[in-house]
Amino acid sequence: MSPEPVYIVTMKVVPKTEEIRFDPVTKTVDRSKATNEINPADKNALEEALKLKDKYGGKVIVLSMGPPFFEPFLRTALAMGADDAILISDKALAGSDAYVTSMVLAKGIQKIGGATLVLCGEESSDGSTGQVPPGIATWLGYSLATFVSKIISLDLENKKVVVRRTIKGGYEDIDLPLPAVLAIELGINTPRFPDFRRKRWAEKEYKMTIWNIHDLGLKPEEVGLTGSPSRVKTLIELKPPERMRKIITDPDQAVEEIIKIIKSIK
Amino acid sequence: MSREEWRGFGVFIEQDEGVVEETSLEILGRIRELADKYNIKITSFVLTDDINRIIDKIRYYGSDEIVYAENSLFKTYLSDVFSTALYRLVSKYRPRYLLLPATRNSRDLAGRLAIMLRTCLLAHVISIDIDPETMRMNAAVPGFGGNIAAVCECVTMPEMATVSPGVFTPKIRKDIEPKLINESDLTKDLKTSMRKISRTSVARPDISRSEKIVVAGAGCIKDLELIKRFAKIIGAEYAVTRPVADAGLAPRDLQVGSTGISLKSKLVIVLGASGAPHFVSGIRDCGTVVSVNIDPDAPIKDFSDLFVVGDLYDIVKKLIDRLGG
Repeated sequence: MSPEPVYIVTMKVVPKTEEIRFDPVTKTVDRSKATNEINPADKNALEEALKLKDKYGGKVIVLSMGPPFFEPFLRTALAMGADDAILISDKALAGSDAYVTSMVLAKGIQKIGGATLVLCGEESSDGSTGQVPPGIATWLGYSLATFVSKIISLDLENKKVVVRRTIKGGYEDIDLPLPAVLAIELGINTPRFPDFRRKRWAEKEYKMTIWNIHDLGLKPEEVGLTGSPSRVKTLIELKPPERMRKIITDPDQAVEEIIKIIKSIK
Repeated sequence: MSREEWRGFGVFIEQDEGVVEETSLEILGRIRELADKYNIKITSFVLTDDINRIIDKIRYYGSDEIVYAENSLFKTYLSDVFSTALYRLVSKYRPRYLLLPATRNSRDLAGRLAIMLRTCLLAHVISIDIDPETMRMNAAVPGFGGNIAAVCECVTMPEMATVSPGVFTPKIRKDIEPKLINESDLTKDLKTSMRKISRTSVARPDISRSEKIVVAGAGCIKDLELIKRFAKIIGAEYAVTRPVADAGLAPRDLQVGSTGISLKSKLVIVLGASGAPHFVSGIRDCGTVVSVNIDPDAPIKDFSDLFVVGDLYDIVKKLIDRLGG
């Protein structure tokens, strides 16, 4: 008999990209006016985990690395159906790049006792490196499928998972041994709404586990800015080229003008 | 003959069933300029089931040496064997700078390789330079929906990056005869734990290289067929914005923007798209931008040469009538 499956969903809270402003003088990003949300692809990963739980049983654990303000977002994940949420939070983690982030999350997964499946969003909407899922798989020696658009089946007895992954011009169905890391594509499902009764439990009763880097056996110099092998030298604004901005409201005139432009392109 | 120091450029030449990924050749086009300027050697790495199938498609793009490994497992991408194989080649040849295309498969590969090599990886960069003082690679990483880029560097070696498709231009260099080195022995013992069950792919036009494009935004969802017909009539390729792809109405390969494809077309006609930052970054390098939107204040206005306020179905139908559809 196989033990109960454990699905670990990694989660990040991100500012809404359209609300971020760039100050070209100080060359800094102003996130203060942007509202935060659970990274959209991570919500899709959570929904996949909850669907697996509905079908095969087991436990869904949300694992996140970030500042204390992530907490209420993790409670939303609990209200949606996750059984547990763990936040890895430590001042020393500030400035961590994808290398460090994947290492820290891998340590967290080890501390939980490993997983049957680790489900991640394919990429975050702010950093969008897509490096964390392959990183976690490599640190842990798990198998990996990125750009997953569908989890076709999970065979707990033979320790296999079959997934569909997007490739250039189409898709491929592949069979992977468990444990595995799956990077879930944005928008492959409709995440469920938080359950009203679970919401009360998640917000009022649930005591969230918070780990710092010492809990994971890490030293401050191994994480954060100092532990990260990549450095940001400067930020630049990518200005779009100046456009003519000619405006037409009359449909017939618009049609004439568009035809003229189409014909001018050789 | 393991090399002691991390030295030179390394480029991963991606191939799938003998089809060479254009982005790998684009990377070669850019780094050949840097290699000539700083007198740096370029080593290309190829994993293939048959080198004869692809060698003529990659030989004269500026590589000083082409290191390849042949194995029947390398016919199409397999995450576990490709990462182990490239790890072995890179560990032996030790390039200081290692570049891979930012395609799905090579992003998967690079993400694993960086951890195996305990080094950094800059994601889908849009520029590559070398800081002449430190000789470190400086590369711009776009972020935050494509409005802002961070110029980054690596403090570990190799200095790795994946490079966005369509940023650079391949250049034929018949004057450089690359040395071919067979390292198949290094990958002889590889086995995969993955099994491909099936593969469904259709050859689609590569929209990053098309001259004329019609982009269907969320406002077109009621009748995408009409938009496709219009594109066909004017000899343009058809593409979509993220909401259309998110809704499952078009494949991701046709999605324009910072999370999709960047266009370099001479003309792009944008229909029913509001102009979200992650989308407009994908049309930045287009020649002429024409857009049609019902909302006179849609942000796309500022990114257009011609902005038509009106019902896009009405305009498109009129255009089809006039152009003889």
